[in-house]
Amino acid sequence: MALDARGVARRFGARWVLRGINLQVRAGEMVGLLGHNGCGKSTFMRIVATLLKASAGDCFVYGSNVKTEGDDVRHHVGFFSHVPGLYDDLTARENLAFAATMLGFPSADIDAALERVGLTHVTHERVRGFSAGMQRRLSLARLILQRPRLLLLDEPYNNLDVAGIALMNGFIRELNAAGGAAVVVLHDLVPAEGVIDRTVTIREGRVHVPTVADFTHDGASPEAVTRPAGAAGVS
Amino acid sequence: MAFRDDIRRTRAIVWKDLTTERRSKAGFSAVAALGVTILVLFGLALGPDGKALQNAAAGALWLAILFASVLAFNRSYQVELDGGALEALLLYPGSRWAIFAGKLIANLIFVMAMLVIVVTVGIVLFDVRIPAQWPSIVGIMMLGVVGIVALGTFYAAMSSRSRAREVLLPLLLYPMLIPVLLASMEATKAFLFGDLLSASGAWVQMLSLFDVIFLVATFLAFEYVIEV
Repeated sequence: MALDARGVARRFGARWVLRGINLQVRAGEMVGLLGHNGCGKSTFMRIVATLLKASAGDCFVYGSNVKTEGDDVRHHVGFFSHVPGLYDDLTARENLAFAATMLGFPSADIDAALERVGLTHVTHERVRGFSAGMQRRLSLARLILQRPRLLLLDEPYNNLDVAGIALMNGFIRELNAAGGAAVVVLHDLVPAEGVIDRTVTIREGRVHVPTVADFTHDGASPEAVTRPAGAAGVS
Repeated sequence: MAFRDDIRRTRAIVWKDLTTERRSKAGFSAVAALGVTILVLFGLALGPDGKALQNAAAGALWLAILFASVLAFNRSYQVELDGGALEALLLYPGSRWAIFAGKLIANLIFVMAMLVIVVTVGIVLFDVRIPAQWPSIVGIMMLGVVGIVALGTFYAAMSSRSRAREVLLPLLLYPMLIPVLLASMEATKAFLFGDLLSASGAWVQMLSLFDVIFLVATFLAFEYVIEV
């Protein structure tokens, strides 16, 4: 099992953001995570990535407990967040060289990763001058270097153009072909068409199992405008 | 093998911090300028009395180093907070102490570089006659800076997640640094005036002890303050 979350809950002060998420993701499976703003999707992703500690419940990544075996989990997980996580005063290449050293991967792959994301023309330019889309591409290049077994993508298509979206989907498919798994936070299913195996909706801090009423709501509900089918395997 | 990997990560963080600092330029200039300004203000407050200036030199110097260093500590984590780099840093595998060690060494180099400028200005401004035991004074400065930087780097990490970090850091740091400052000032003063009463030995021992305690405690506790 790539990801096994059992009753994962988290509170900030007195407010429970997650109230017990149960989610299992098999190796080779691509899961889309849907839900309203503030429903706890990103909080859940951060817990899986070891960036936040769960207030209750257990979560395992390839058998390693995210609470007690964080370092093992970090070897498996690649997290693509809202923020690029880059250093403005380093060049594109230097950012990747730093990441490669921290990850313990050979820096020989850096040029190939930069070429893959179409940033070879700005290899030696500082990230400070990059557009938001270019920064996202560079963050993707870092993931390509890492080649994680479990990919956590938090709104990965933000700021990406059509070519960038194709690039992202190509990477997800490649990882999938190699047996990796992914959890992708989405607000719109269209860019992830053909990439996601099933979707899971979080509502009020819990995995929401859709009912007929979800399909009769007006378009304001994400459950109504997307396809919540395939909630099997979650509770 | 894991230890070697962590050493490699520490080196990478030192390189990254110093490179970003060197390129941004504004950071070092601001910190050094603040240190010099504090010395000038002390000089103006003490007036033209040469003896009073010499007596106050050690205290003024250490206070200038302390106040300017706090700016440096805040900056060292600001670089990580811009663009969410701290998240990315925490996502890399490896021991947390490697991150702390990298930040600590980078801050040490940064503060030492600032120290050279501040001490040079202090010598001129306070009319300090360089004594024969100047290598001992350099040693004391190193010990004092290690204590300040160890605690400063630790508390900067602790306050980095707070919105009021600029206020929080000095509030946490200054009271904890009183023993280090006191020992550094007294030992520096003793050597500046020839250490006639052989008072420096006790202060140096105290300073060394505080350095060891602070280094061990901050390395052990860093993991708990950086994670949420």
